[in-house]
Amino acid sequence: MEYFLQQLINGLTLGAIYGLIALGYTMVYGILGMINFAHGTIYMLGAFISLIGYLAATTVGGAPVTLALLLALFATMAFTALWGWTIERVAYRPLRKAPRLAPLISAIGVSIILQNFAALAQGTRAKPLPPVIRGGFTLINSDDFPVSLSWMQIIVFVMTVTLMAGFTWMITRTSLGRAQRATEQDMKMAALLGIDVDRVVSATFVIGAALAGVAGLMVTLYYGVIDFYIGFLAGIKAFTAAVLGGIGSLPGAMLGGLLIGLIEAFWSAYFSIEYKDVATFGILVLVLVFRPTGLLGRPDVEKI
Amino acid sequence: MTPSLLDVEHLTMRFGGLFAVNDLSFTAGNGEITAVIGPNGAGKTTLFNCITGFYKPQEGRIALNHPDGRMALERLDDHAIARRAGVARTFQNIRLFPRMSVLENLIVAQHTRLMRASMFSLAGLLGLRRYRRAEAAAVERARHWLDRTALTRFADDEAGSLPYGHQRRLEIARAMCTEPRLLCLDEPAAGLNPRESAELNRLLLDIRADEGIGLLLIEHDMSVVMGISDRVVVLDYGKKIAEGTPAEVRGDPAVIRAYLGEPDEAETG
Repeated sequence: MEYFLQQLINGLTLGAIYGLIALGYTMVYGILGMINFAHGTIYMLGAFISLIGYLAATTVGGAPVTLALLLALFATMAFTALWGWTIERVAYRPLRKAPRLAPLISAIGVSIILQNFAALAQGTRAKPLPPVIRGGFTLINSDDFPVSLSWMQIIVFVMTVTLMAGFTWMITRTSLGRAQRATEQDMKMAALLGIDVDRVVSATFVIGAALAGVAGLMVTLYYGVIDFYIGFLAGIKAFTAAVLGGIGSLPGAMLGGLLIGLIEAFWSAYFSIEYKDVATFGILVLVLVFRPTGLLGRPDVEKI
Repeated sequence: MTPSLLDVEHLTMRFGGLFAVNDLSFTAGNGEITAVIGPNGAGKTTLFNCITGFYKPQEGRIALNHPDGRMALERLDDHAIARRAGVARTFQNIRLFPRMSVLENLIVAQHTRLMRASMFSLAGLLGLRRYRRAEAAAVERARHWLDRTALTRFADDEAGSLPYGHQRRLEIARAMCTEPRLLCLDEPAAGLNPRESAELNRLLLDIRADEGIGLLLIEHDMSVVMGISDRVVVLDYGKKIAEGTPAEVRGDPAVIRAYLGEPDEAETG
C-alpha cells in the first residue's frame, strides 16, 4: 500500500509535466489540424534556458535561490515563447496553403536544427544541476516503506494547477480565448468577422511554447539532469498523452498527461523499468485502435 | 439617388476556362437593399466571395465608399475587409461557431474592438477598467441583437443546437455585431417557412431603416426579392442581363428567358 501511494505521487508529478507539454500539442492541433513536431524540442530548449538562467543568476549575479528561480522561470517562458513564435513564422505560416504533410516535415526539420544547435552550443554530455529545492514531508512513517512528498513535487503540482487554471480561464473568458475557439471551429469565418487569424495562430504557438518551457524548467529542477535529446522522448510521450485524452481537447490533454505519468510510474514499479516506454506507446496503439478520438475527444461527424 | 456604397467595376473571375463572373459592373447604394438574382450557377456566390475576399478576382475593381476613404476590397485581406471596410456576410450553408454559446457567437464578432480595448489581452488579464467597460459594451450590443432577432432566451445554448430558422437569424445578428457598413446575405430565406420568411423580411427592412447601411442580397425566394429590395441585379452565366427596380426586372424579357429558357424554335433555329 505504501509503495503504491509513493508511485501514485511520483506518477502524478511526472504526469503533470507531460500534461503541460501536451497542452501545446492539442492547442495547435485544435487550431491548425496539424501536429507541431518541434514542440518537444521547445521543451528541451526550455530545460536548457532554465539551467543557464538559474546558474547565471546564482553564480554570476549572486541572487538568492528564490529570486534566481523566478528569473529562470521568466527567462524560460520568454525565450521559449519567442521560439514558438519563430517556428510558426518559419515552418508553418509560409506553408499554410500547402499540402498538410509539408508543414509537418518543415517542423521536423526545425526540430532537428534546434536539437543540433543545442548539442553544438551546450555539448552532448548530460548536464547536471545539484538539487536546488530539498526536503519534503514524510506522509506515512512505515517501517518497510516510508511515503514521502518532496517540496519539489509540491511545487510541480502547484505550478501545473495554477498554469492550467489560468490557461482554462484565458480560453473560456478572454477575448483572445474566444477568438482561438472561433478560429478552431471555422478559421475562414473567424477571418470574415475581422479576427486576424494569423495573429491568433501565433498566440497559440507562443502560449503552448511557454507552457512547454515551464515543463522544461520543472524537469530540470526535478530530475537534475538534462541533455539535448530529452525533447524527443518527452515530446512523443506528451503527444501520446494528447492523443489519449483526445487530441484537440484541452481537459483531455491534462487528463492524458496524468494518465501517461501514472502508467509509466506503475509499470516501472510493478513490472520492469526497461519496458516503461513500451507500455506508454502500447497504450497509444490501443487507443488509436479502439478509441481513435481519445477519452474526451469529440467524434468527427462529417455531414454529407 | 442615394450615394453609392459599393461600386463593382468590370469584375471578372475565371476558374480555368470558365467565366464565373464576366465583366460585371453595378453599384449598391447606402441605405438600400440590392438583390442579386439569377439561375443556379449564374455567379452570384462567386460575386460574394470576391467582395468578401475569399477569391481575388483576375480583373476589375470592387470599391467601397467608406467615410475614411474609398477602399479597394480586391486588395485587402479577408479580415481587413471585415474590420476596416466593414463588410459582413452570412452564408447559404450557415457558418456559426457551433460549439460556442449563442451569446459568445455575438461577442466574438466584436473581437477587434475588444482586442483594441484590452491592448491585446494584457489589460484583460490584469482586469483593467477600460477592458471591463469594453466587454460590458460588447455584451450589451450582443443582447441588443439577441433581442431584435428574438433569440434572447437561447443566449446560453450552444449555437449548433438551435433550430435551423433560429440559426439563420443568429447569423444575421452576428454579422450585425461587427457593425458593418455593407451586409451581404447569401440566400437568407433558404429553408425558411413562409412565416419565418415574412419575419426575415421585416428584420431586414428594420435593419435598413435603423442602421442606414447597405444590404446586398442573393435570393431565390421571389417573395423576399420583390417584397423588400430597392434594386435588383440579374445575372446569367456571370454576366449582368438586367438591372432596375423589382417591377422593371420582373417584366424584362431577358430575365424571363434566363429563368424559363428559350422558346423551342430558338433551340432548333
